[in-house]
Amino acid sequence: MSLLTVSNLKKYFPVQGNMWNRKQVKAVDGIDLTIERGETLGLVGESGCGKSTVGRVILHLHEPTDGEIVYDGINVTSSSIKNLRNRMQIVFQDPYSSLNPRMTVGDVVGEPLDIQNTCQTRAERDERVLEQLLLVGLNTDHLTRYPHEFSGGQRQRISIARALAVKPEFIVCDEPVSALDVSIQAQVINTLIELQDRLSLTYLFIAHNLAVVRHISDRIGVMYLGKLVEVCEAKDLYLHPCHPYTQALLSAIPLPDPKAAKGSNRILLQGDVPSPIDPPSGCRFRTRCQKMKPVCAEEEPVLKEVAPGHICACHFCE
Amino acid sequence: MLSINDLHFSFFTPAGEVRALNGVSLDVASGEVVGIVGESGSGKSVTASVITGLTQAPGRVKSGEVMFNEIDILSTGEKAMQKIRGGEISMIFQDPMTSLNPVFTIGNQLIEAILLHTDKNHKEARAHAIHMMSQVGIPNPEIRMKQYSHELSGGMRQRVMIAMALSCEPKLLIADEPTTALDVTVQAQILDLMKTLRSETDAAVILITHDLGIVADICDTVVVMYAGTVVERGTVDEIYDNTAHPYTRGLLDCLPRLDGDTDSPLEPIEGLPVDLLNMPPGCPFASRCKHTMNICLTTPSPEFELSESHTSRCWLHTASRKAEVRA
Ligand SMILES: Nc1ncnc2c1ncn2[C@@H]1O[C@H](COP(=O)(O)OP(=O)(O)OP(=O)(O)O)[C@@H](O)[C@H]1O
Ligand SMILES: Nc1ncnc2c1ncn2[C@@H]1O[C@H](COP(=O)(O)OP(=O)(O)OP(=O)(O)O)[C@@H](O)[C@H]1O
Ligand SMILES: [Mg+2]
Ligand SMILES: [Mg+2]
Repeated sequence: MSLLTVSNLKKYFPVQGNMWNRKQVKAVDGIDLTIERGETLGLVGESGCGKSTVGRVILHLHEPTDGEIVYDGINVTSSSIKNLRNRMQIVFQDPYSSLNPRMTVGDVVGEPLDIQNTCQTRAERDERVLEQLLLVGLNTDHLTRYPHEFSGGQRQRISIARALAVKPEFIVCDEPVSALDVSIQAQVINTLIELQDRLSLTYLFIAHNLAVVRHISDRIGVMYLGKLVEVCEAKDLYLHPCHPYTQALLSAIPLPDPKAAKGSNRILLQGDVPSPIDPPSGCRFRTRCQKMKPVCAEEEPVLKEVAPGHICACHFCE
Repeated sequence: MLSINDLHFSFFTPAGEVRALNGVSLDVASGEVVGIVGESGSGKSVTASVITGLTQAPGRVKSGEVMFNEIDILSTGEKAMQKIRGGEISMIFQDPMTSLNPVFTIGNQLIEAILLHTDKNHKEARAHAIHMMSQVGIPNPEIRMKQYSHELSGGMRQRVMIAMALSCEPKLLIADEPTTALDVTVQAQILDLMKTLRSETDAAVILITHDLGIVADICDTVVVMYAGTVVERGTVDEIYDNTAHPYTRGLLDCLPRLDGDTDSPLEPIEGLPVDLLNMPPGCPFASRCKHTMNICLTTPSPEFELSESHTSRCWLHTASRKAEVRA
């Protein structure tokens, strides 16, 4: 059985408007996914397409509008989540607002332990806190300092240490390395992979850097405007991208090589980014798609298998 | 246009003096895009904050000079700096959440900024704000204007910041990690927007980033920082193809590649970052370097000139004779 099964997940947020004119942001609009124990599922997609919302709804930080989340056989609801908090953790995208400025680093990392009463003695707790800091490349000297004394990258490592403190099984990593410099990024990725092997952790790994996502993930899901449009093995995505959006995404990656950068043949997406408040009919990507045909406006493509373990939602994928 | 000369900056904390910048020099010409890369904590953001006059206690400039178009930034008062900031010098901050005010709507903040720095009236400012929001690829700008920052996704907040920074047509744009929260297609769009700004108004851009792909894509010159010093600088081609400093080499080697092998671990630079409270006497990178020699532990390397545009602070260059010590 999969560790996590999400079916028909929806999350709508109300936006301004009055009683007669209610509008909603359809941040997540019907998503099915499964994650196996010990697996890393990468999630990529346009900014604002709902990746963070998926992660937050899974942890019940937002109440889902519709759909079902089953974690290890348990239906995740507002009452069951309390018992699952120790097992599911999140590392946030924004290392600035997620750390309490009045707490020392030691207390920030130790807080989840204190809340859960995980440690018997003070010494055990302090040891555990230090262990986490060392894991992410910080040291004893940092324990008594405050978050504002750290650079952006250092702060993100503190929040990773914090998530690891309660020894969870499943971690939603919401852009955990985007704020890090490349060396520490490499360190953190190695650490995440090592910890995963050692503790059989399961990750939902959200990021924009596709080389990073490819490196760490077993499978990758591509989202567009609240929907999953393609899911496949990590290596496959780069070799055989199927959905036109995925193809555009891959072609837009800036390569760390000035010559390649100059001669690149980018698929520049035409047209405006459509709105999750009022998404296009039929295929949501059609307004910017080069392969668009009349059927795309009428019928919404469903995810279908294009190769073993590779699903894609496009009317024209082979 | 911008010239920084031997800048020293420290934070005087209860624990001691944190030496954030130890002699940084930097020149930016108009129309030039300069990339600053380097380790987290190496002083990139602090450099930006000195240029914009936004340094915070307990931080203080110890010595050095910052000139912007004949204006001596370090002796300019806060009143005058406020006028320059957001106008001629504009900044995109690394942390959009703390630089957007949570109690005002996005639209409010954008319009305020435009009113402050241009002679547009309120109606024109509003129209311009909406225009800028769509320029950075935010759909339904009219609706988004009425929202608060916490109601936007990370990438949208970042785009609002970018819209704000570009709305007053700055002469110098300082962008601190402007696209970390953006997907690559939106990122490509933003980078194009910066290129347009440069080619249409001859603005200069200082781009602080960890993404060596972006640097290769849009920068003319690259400055590599380590522990508050510039360890290498050169044109993009020089930095990528003729890498001189072992730290820069390390940076390029630890990137995951799209066609790389995913089974073996990545190769981060060994060792810990220097403690800026206790700076070593020699080269700050010595404890992590694969080529450390005796002299590296005792004496910091001078800046060796490898070509007219390429310099590196590494004792290895003495062996190669070609390089000359820059005065
Ligand atoms: N608390 C909220 N209230 C209202 N709208 C919200 C809220 N949180 C998210 N949204 C909206 O939901 C949509 C999806 O946001 P989400 O943060 O999930 O995007 P994302 O894919 O993580 O984007 P990014 O890559 O920029 O972080 C956006 O349109 C956003 O404005
Ligand atoms: N208020 C402060 N008090 C003490 N030290 C500080 C303070 N602000 C920054 N520092 C220190 O100054 C150094 C330079 O910080 P800076 O923010 O410039 O790093 P950066 O190069 O921008 O890093 P990143 O890539 O992580 O953003 C860091 O070592 C940091 O710990
Ligand atoms: Mg997000
Ligand atoms: Mg910074």
